[in-house]
Amino acid sequence: MIRDITIGQYVPGDSLLHKSDPRTKIILTFVMMIFIFLINTYWGYLLLTLFTALMIVTSNVPVKFILKGLKPVIFIVVFAGVINMFTIGGRIIFEFGFIKMTYEGVDMAVKMAIRLFLLIITASMLTYTTTPIALTDGIEKLLGPLKRIRVPVHEIAMMMTIALRFIPTLLEETDKIIKAQSSRGADFDSGNMVERAKSFIPVLIPLFISAFRRADELATAMEARCYRGSEGRTRMKQLRLTRYDFITSAITAVFMAWVLAMQYMVF
Amino acid sequence: MPINIEGLKFTYSNGGPFEKNALHDINIDIQDGEFIGIIGHTGSGKSTLIQHLNGILKPTAGRVIINGIDTKQKDLKELRRQVGIVFQYPEHQLFEDTVKKDISFGLLKQGLSDEEIQQRVISALHSVGLDESILEKSPFELSGGQKRRVAIAGVVAMMPKILVLDEPTAGLDPSGRDEIFGYIKELHRDFNMTVILVSHSMEDIAKLADRVIVMNEGTVYMDKPSGEVYTQPDQLEKIGLSAPQITYLMKRLKTILPDIDENIFTVEAAVKELQKHLKQ
Repeated sequence: MIRDITIGQYVPGDSLLHKSDPRTKIILTFVMMIFIFLINTYWGYLLLTLFTALMIVTSNVPVKFILKGLKPVIFIVVFAGVINMFTIGGRIIFEFGFIKMTYEGVDMAVKMAIRLFLLIITASMLTYTTTPIALTDGIEKLLGPLKRIRVPVHEIAMMMTIALRFIPTLLEETDKIIKAQSSRGADFDSGNMVERAKSFIPVLIPLFISAFRRADELATAMEARCYRGSEGRTRMKQLRLTRYDFITSAITAVFMAWVLAMQYMVF
Repeated sequence: MPINIEGLKFTYSNGGPFEKNALHDINIDIQDGEFIGIIGHTGSGKSTLIQHLNGILKPTAGRVIINGIDTKQKDLKELRRQVGIVFQYPEHQLFEDTVKKDISFGLLKQGLSDEEIQQRVISALHSVGLDESILEKSPFELSGGQKRRVAIAGVVAMMPKILVLDEPTAGLDPSGRDEIFGYIKELHRDFNMTVILVSHSMEDIAKLADRVIVMNEGTVYMDKPSGEVYTQPDQLEKIGLSAPQITYLMKRLKTILPDIDENIFTVEAAVKELQKHLKQ
């Protein structure tokens, strides 16, 4: 049940994307996202979709896995789509009382759906191919300049690393507690909203207790190893740009140039 | 209340990239009132197997039938009343502000009367060797061993016909361990409960269980009466387990004292055997 959540998980692999530097991937992901918002022709979307497909195929992340990750957002996409279809004015397809469906609305709904799916796939490709530690290292490096204006970049990155590190642990813990409480007769699936919310108290309390206990133990362990923030701290794994980063950036640049050309020259 | 497990197969995250076969082709029949020990290495499938007994996990293939109830069905209330599982480190599930409320959590869900609940809470508390003085205390101010016992009492209070315990003494000191095993033995004897005890200590299993199921890599490696399992230590060693240490000692002693019985699995039995020998 809880194990089925795939967004944010890392899928081990050995592909070009896996080998690229997290900084490259973060920047390229942002570039990609800007393009997804910038583009508004179907030819542009076709190219972006092709590019996303290329990314998925070369990364060796199972397609099934990616589709499973999209499941939770289908509802949002459909909901937004329906609202778009009926609220945007323009040439009317049909009218029923106060409900009006327009060409412009359908057009917008389809584009919006494509945008949302592409966005989510792109964002999740970043986490599927980057370990949480590499990701936060990358963010720390990218935010490095902010240190000059006294933003505690290292501390923020460390907090993110720890938070990411504990997501699977806490999910596992939740799973365990749910199992244990349902063995004791707890029932999470019946009753009205209030009753259902209440039925999670026996899960939340032990979960919080264990989270605090873990936090305390982690703090002790870090102190015992003389952790004292960023000052004078060196890394075992230095981030280094390699030819892989060059290749990924080059491919992305070519594709994005193509997309731009499609958008502004052909039409 | 018999347990029938037929051709049970279970795969974690079936179809995903982290697909993992945890159990394959398990066939086990357990009769009423048996005391079963399940032993095996970490990752051998012990915990996965016991989670099938009250429908927390559903078979990927095959079936699990407990007293006529198929665990695949939707309504699991009756099944969960009959099968009580005490998971590893059960004290981590305590959440109420008093011991009494925590033990009666499951009973309240069954809609029993206040007197009935009160009575069951107290008898469950006694059966794990605690007394009433603890009832109004917060579970979080108790010692580790006491917390563990309160958590076990929470399951025992439901009066399950089958009591499953997953490493109930992990992390306890030897005296705490012996006490808890003592109470489990009493529950088995006094209420004719079917007890299934999961452990990786051969010593503990040898002391308590009548029948031992040895798991290895998701299959049943051996399923025999307690005595027979340890007579072939080499079979156990092959999968990285061992017979109780006392058995090895008796085998050694046999080379100097050829008259003694070498098939001995508990320290108590060894003491008796050696005393008998000394008298002769």
